[in-house]
Amino acid sequence: MTPEMKKEIDDIEKIIGKIMQIGVLIAAFVIVVGILDLLITGSTGYPIGVHPHAPGTILQGVMQFKSYAIMMLGIFLLILTPVLRVVVSIYAFIKERDRLYTWITTIVLIILIIAMVIGYLG
Amino acid sequence: MITQALIFIGVGLMAGILGALLGLGGGIIVTPVITLLLGLPIQYAIAASIIAVIATSSGATIAYLKDEMLNLRVAMFLEIATTVGAVLGAVVTGLVSSQVLYFLFGALLIFSTYNMVRKLIGKIDAQRDPVPDPAAEKLRLNGAYYDKASGKEIEYKVTNVPGGFAMMFGAGLASGLLGIGSGAFKVLAMDTIMQMPLKPSTATSNLMMGVTAAASATVYFFNGALQPQIAAPLAIGILIGATIGTRIMQLLPTKILRMIFIPVIGYMGLQMLLKGFGVTI
Repeated sequence: MTPEMKKEIDDIEKIIGKIMQIGVLIAAFVIVVGILDLLITGSTGYPIGVHPHAPGTILQGVMQFKSYAIMMLGIFLLILTPVLRVVVSIYAFIKERDRLYTWITTIVLIILIIAMVIGYLG
Repeated sequence: MITQALIFIGVGLMAGILGALLGLGGGIIVTPVITLLLGLPIQYAIAASIIAVIATSSGATIAYLKDEMLNLRVAMFLEIATTVGAVLGAVVTGLVSSQVLYFLFGALLIFSTYNMVRKLIGKIDAQRDPVPDPAAEKLRLNGAYYDKASGKEIEYKVTNVPGGFAMMFGAGLASGLLGIGSGAFKVLAMDTIMQMPLKPSTATSNLMMGVTAAASATVYFFNGALQPQIAAPLAIGILIGATIGTRIMQLLPTKILRMIFIPVIGYMGLQMLLKGFGVTI
């Protein structure tokens, strides 16, 4: 590995760290907004025992400023932060011209996407 | 509804602080508290605590990135095993009875108690000379890290890649099934089975925890097991609690705290084990 490449990877690592930090903060902010919405309005926006868990219904609920929908959006953003880490790692391995690990990391991403589909269908 | 949200923020806060002080993930404390003290279904507790795991892991990874201890190749390669295990675990949780989950969680807490006692007594890190594994060469898993104490770059080789991979599948399964980060199992796989030094093992395990948890969390998220009224306030509480915990860690006598709380964790483990058999104490 040349020194330039090492520096570039270090830079990518720093960017990843920043992205994750910002991601966690944004997710936390959205969750707090959802909780405050619940505390102020006293309404979940849904009948008792019901909460939105499909992308369409969550987005619809967020537009109507329903507290449960906003909380679910924040939680989803939180789940996305490690996924983002995987995506950026794929980019880092491509930059390194590391074909083996570009593939391995892509497989991890595919498994994560399959997890979403399984959850959605189950 | 409002008091409930405040209670969960409080539980998260406490779990975050305690988790940081005891060196445990927040997930392992959240589930016993929610089920034993608040009497909520264990399935809800598991789904909520996996979110707590992501919250703590994402925070910890940022700190470790700077240390250059992380072995990204080991992490990504082993994540194939942990994520598949985690998805499977999350699906199984929806199929088995609460009693099975109580029993398994109880056993896990007892194991964690044993682990903490072992750490408290303290073992000396022996000089290692692992047998070279051709698979590790092929996958370029061997690495190096900068040791602050000696001021030297330490190179290391990993061994028994298939064994570590299998153990990681188990770690992922436990993570998805019980809503924990299963950091202890991951360190066990890298440190004990693959003979990777403890520092890079711990750093790598922290990164893997978040990705593994994301795999089962998406299953719980989309299948509706994840309850926003529990998970949302809990996540916020844990994020704040873990930050406070790591700050006050230097100021408190951690060793004494651990001595006090180890029996508490052990007792909760026993309670959950018995609940698995249908006995309440």
